[in-house]
Amino acid sequence: MRIACPFCGERDLSEFTCLGDAGGPRPAPEGEGAVARFLEAVYLRDNPAGVHRELWYHASGCGSWLRVTRDTRTHEVLAVRFAREARGT
Amino acid sequence: MRYSLWTLLREACSGHRGWKPAWRDASPKSAYEVIVIGGGGHGLATAYYLAKVYGVREVAVLEKGGIGLGNAGRNTTIIRSNYLLPGNNPFYEFSMRLWEGLERDLNYNAMVSQRGVLNLFHSDAQRDAYVRRGNAMRLHGVDAELLDREAVRRMLPFLEFETARFPIQGGLLQCRGGTARHDAVVWGYARAASGLGVDIVQNCEVTDLVREGGRIVGVNTSRGEIRARKVAVAVAGHSSRVAAMAGLRLPIETHVLQAFVSEAVKPLIPCVVTFGAGHFYVSQSDKGGLVFGGDLDGYNSYAQRGNLPMVEEVCASGMALMPMIGRLRLLRSWGGMMDMSMDGSPIIDRAPLEGLYLNAGWCYGGFKATPASGYCFAHLLAREESHEVARAFRLDRFATGHLLDEKGQGPHPNLH
Repeated sequence: MRIACPFCGERDLSEFTCLGDAGGPRPAPEGEGAVARFLEAVYLRDNPAGVHRELWYHASGCGSWLRVTRDTRTHEVLAVRFAREARGT
Repeated sequence: MRYSLWTLLREACSGHRGWKPAWRDASPKSAYEVIVIGGGGHGLATAYYLAKVYGVREVAVLEKGGIGLGNAGRNTTIIRSNYLLPGNNPFYEFSMRLWEGLERDLNYNAMVSQRGVLNLFHSDAQRDAYVRRGNAMRLHGVDAELLDREAVRRMLPFLEFETARFPIQGGLLQCRGGTARHDAVVWGYARAASGLGVDIVQNCEVTDLVREGGRIVGVNTSRGEIRARKVAVAVAGHSSRVAAMAGLRLPIETHVLQAFVSEAVKPLIPCVVTFGAGHFYVSQSDKGGLVFGGDLDGYNSYAQRGNLPMVEEVCASGMALMPMIGRLRLLRSWGGMMDMSMDGSPIIDRAPLEGLYLNAGWCYGGFKATPASGYCFAHLLAREESHEVARAFRLDRFATGHLLDEKGQGPHPNLH
C-alpha cells in the first residue's frame, strides 16, 4: 500500500502510522446526553467493509496528520487530504 | 460411529471402506429454537454445549461458506490461560480445563499438546510485569513458573543469548499451555454437535435479520427465511456487519493479522515461545513447520491478506530471537480478520435488541477461548444470564467504565 501525502508525494506504507477511524468532531461536554455522545465518539465504530475515512500520521515524512479515504476490502487509497483542511467535511 | 482403537483396527482390516462422514451437512428447516450464525469453532462449540449441557436440541449453525474456513482455520493454534485481570483469568482457565478434557468429551483427536508457553522478558520492568502476572495467575489457581536466564538457556539453548540488543533475562512459563490442531477442533465440535441433532447448514449466508415488534425473530439467508426464538451471532471478524443489520454500532474494528509457516524441519522448538522485545510468537507443528506471527498490520481491513512491511518486521523479530532460522524458507503466509474490541477483551452478552445475542470482539485470542466461549455463550442463550466466568464480558462495560484492558492501551484497537 502506498499513500500520496499532499506535501511529500506518494510514499510507502512503512512511513505512516494509522490512528484509526476519523469519526466526527469531539462532542460537546455540556448538556443532556453528554455521556452517551462520548460513548459514541470514543468507543463505537461503523467499521465498514468498504470505504472508510481514517487518520494517518506521516511519521517518517513531513509529520502531517492526514485524512485518508480507503477501501478496507482492497486497501485501495481513494483520497488523501490534510486532516486540518478536511475537518468538518 | 464412535471412534476407538477397535473401530480403527476393524477399518484397517477392511480397507477403510466403512468410515462414515463425521457430520451431517443439513438443509435448513423453517424454524429453530436457536440459530447460531457462524460455523467456526465458537459457533459450533456453542451449538454443541447448547445440546449437550443445556438440552437445547433445536439448533442450527448457519455458515456462509464451509465450516472452519474463517479464523478457526487461520490462527497459530496456541492455547494458554496466562491472563492478569480477574475478569479474564477465570474464563481462560475454564477454557484450559475444557481443553484438557476435550478429546475424551468429543471422542475426537484434537491433538491438544500441553507443551508449555514461555513468555520471555528482556528488562527489569518487563520482569516485574511478568512476576505480577504470574502471581495473579497462581492466585487464580493457574500454573505459572518464573524462569531465570539460565533456566531459559537450558530449555532453549538456541535462542540469542550472546549479542542480543535486548538480552533475554528470563521468562514466565505456563507448563499447561500449548497448542491444539485448529481444524480438528472445528471438525470435532461439528461431529459431536451433529450427533446430538444440531443442523450444520453450509453455504447459507445470512443477508438480513427478521424483526417483528422490536425483536429479532429469525434471519433471511441465501437459502430462504429461517425463524428462531433466539439468534446468536458468532462471526468474529464480521461482527460489526451483522450488528449493522440490526442497526447497532459495536465497540469493534476489524483488523488483519498475518501468520506464517516455514518449511518443515526436524523437532526443534519444544514449546511455544514469545519474544518480549518485539512482537513474535512461534511454535513448531507436528508436521515440522515453524508456525509464527506478530503484530496486526495496524489499520482497518477486511482483506484477509496483509502487507509486506509487517512480513519484514515479523521475520526480523524472529531473527532477533533465534538467528538460526535465517536460512529457513517461508512456506505460506496468510491473513485473518480480527474483531478488535476497544479494550482488547471479548463480548458475550445480549444485544440491546430482544432475541439477539452477541459473541464478538475476540481480538487475536479467539482460538484458545473456543471451548469456554461456546460453553458460556450456550449458558447465556439457555439461561438468560451470564456464566459466572464470563460476567465481565458485558457489552455495556464501555458505557459503565468497567473495561478489561490487559495492556492498558485505551480505545486504540490497532495497539491491543
